[in-house]
Amino acid sequence: MSAREAKAVKSPVERTPQTLGVHDRELLEMYYYVRLARAVDERMWALQRSGQAAFVISGQGHEGAQVGTVFALDRDKDWLVPFYRSVAAVLVKGMPPAEIFLIQLSKATDPSSGGRQMPGHYGHSGHKILSTSSPVTTQLLHADGIAYAAKLRGTGEVCVTEVGEGATSEGDFHEALNFAAIHRLGVIFLVENNGYAISVPLSKQMAVPNVSARAVGYGIPGVTVDGSHVLDVYVAAREAVARARRGDGPTLLEVNVPRLTAHSSDDRQEKYRSADEIRHTKEHDPVHVFAGELRAWGVLTDAREQEIAERVRRAVDEGTEIAEAAPAVDPATATRYVYYEHNAPPGRGR
Amino acid sequence: MADKRYLDAIHDALHEEMARDERVVVLGEDVGRKGGVFGVTDGLFEAFGEDRVVDTPLAESMIIGVSVGMAANGLIPVPEIQFADFIHPAFDQIVSEVARMRYRSNNDYGCPMTIRVPYGGGVHGALYHSQSIEAFYAHVPGLKVVAPYSPADAKGLLKAAIRDHDPVLYLEHKKLYRMIHDQVPDGDVDVPVGHAAVRRPGRDLSIFAYGLMMHEALGAADLLARDGIEAEVVDLRTLRPLDTATILDSVARTSRALIVHEDNRFGGFGAEVAATIAEEGFRHLDAPPTRVCGPDVPAVPFAPPLEQWFMPNAEKIAAAARTLVAY
Repeated sequence: MSAREAKAVKSPVERTPQTLGVHDRELLEMYYYVRLARAVDERMWALQRSGQAAFVISGQGHEGAQVGTVFALDRDKDWLVPFYRSVAAVLVKGMPPAEIFLIQLSKATDPSSGGRQMPGHYGHSGHKILSTSSPVTTQLLHADGIAYAAKLRGTGEVCVTEVGEGATSEGDFHEALNFAAIHRLGVIFLVENNGYAISVPLSKQMAVPNVSARAVGYGIPGVTVDGSHVLDVYVAAREAVARARRGDGPTLLEVNVPRLTAHSSDDRQEKYRSADEIRHTKEHDPVHVFAGELRAWGVLTDAREQEIAERVRRAVDEGTEIAEAAPAVDPATATRYVYYEHNAPPGRGR
Repeated sequence: MADKRYLDAIHDALHEEMARDERVVVLGEDVGRKGGVFGVTDGLFEAFGEDRVVDTPLAESMIIGVSVGMAANGLIPVPEIQFADFIHPAFDQIVSEVARMRYRSNNDYGCPMTIRVPYGGGVHGALYHSQSIEAFYAHVPGLKVVAPYSPADAKGLLKAAIRDHDPVLYLEHKKLYRMIHDQVPDGDVDVPVGHAAVRRPGRDLSIFAYGLMMHEALGAADLLARDGIEAEVVDLRTLRPLDTATILDSVARTSRALIVHEDNRFGGFGAEVAATIAEEGFRHLDAPPTRVCGPDVPAVPFAPPLEQWFMPNAEKIAAAARTLVAY
């Protein structure tokens, strides 16, 4: 793979779902998840603004990158090692909205941490989603280890891990890509490049325009796609997953995405992004771009749009109700599971 | 039962556990073809293959981070950090990831692994091949920390660590590798994590030590015996969870506590032992709990006179013990 190829940005125009072998049914399901993730995310902010949740870290703008990528996985068999913007990814991987709201409201039945972690720190062994921490980039090495174990045990599992472009400055990024490349591990390193690490722009993070250019240094393929075009992401991810499944090794998949919100509920992005830029970013909103493409392809009609909107509304409302009705965390649980407990409920931990 | 060096005991435990359970994998720098820079993993590569005995790139965060993922997906990794001095790049992975995995996931994920760490001074290793790092890690809930002295304990504790559901930092003292040898049972040796052992009974004071300092503490007890002072020597073996019952029992018998480690004194592990004795055993005490530690310079200096100045030894321990007994 040459540096020129690694930098190549794929164009969406010539390709259609038909030529790519993607069925309408799959496209509409992807669209449902893009819409669902957006609606779940908006509800997370509403819960924060109403005082029910202390904090929100958002995935708005990242939905196309995540839905397109996770759709390329075998969602029962493969692994996801997420980060804190992985709302769409964990939904596609199997977490229902109710579980996300239980996490958002830090309830006793929060499946990721039992109310111990901040919202956005997803994890669920039942869905094969690894537990998330806050130090960025550590998880890329965990993805390597999962893929190494899959190879040694012959399970055929592939692992997607997600990270922002800012986190690629950490040493663990280098160490993880290097190790995965040496052992030809089945890892897809999904870099969701939204141009900002909190307030620090891409130009202050790296001297190259694309993270994927670095793939050359590891001897692995690196591609950059536009995350507004969900089908493009899906096709690139499908290729990366096939390569991983064949035992040919990892792929650095960079997806350019807009960051449609502040970094988190504790950030005011107006201080470092101009009003113009924030407005312009919305043009790349994957929800609208994808909807437009689906209509142009004749896949999305008014009736289907309405049907999907209703399905999303129901899922979000029901999920919210379940989470709101769930019990608060009992402080008496705070000392549990520092270490293994012999009397723990079966099926959890080891 | 056979006479084994400390190094052989560790090697045998690794070999036996890898043969017993195919989920066990060893990874680290030079652990494969070379068999480790100290020879501890010698022969494992030939016996179990390159997929289970992994020569890794020179990247400590990677060694531990990859182990986290291996543990999540059904393996039992035994990563080696070549020298304790080089564990610091992996601090984040160990403290933020390994130690917290079970707690932060509310028991959804465990993180079973045994991190083998050759440590300690007295080996002409200077500032960056002599460090003791136990204080950093014993501070962290979620980790277990062991530091065996005898070859039998080295074998038993390593087997126990590998079979543990939780992550264990296994500190093996470099100077002990070829310095001591003793009878080690064949096969399994029952040394559970979390238990100290009284290695020499005595009535005049208790000396608490671990690793190489156990050797010096036993030497000090011999010196003291010539003066008619009977020191009880307790091998802590596990630093976390700390066997406070055995410590307090001993102090109840002797009324005096001397804590020995080669790590720096300030904020060192001995402070925790001293505080535990002061808080929970105050009524038994006839003298203040006292420490013999490495001095508070950044690390062990190289030139032989400097290194000897740094390292606690039997004479220094005996001198402190005499002062304590005379208190």
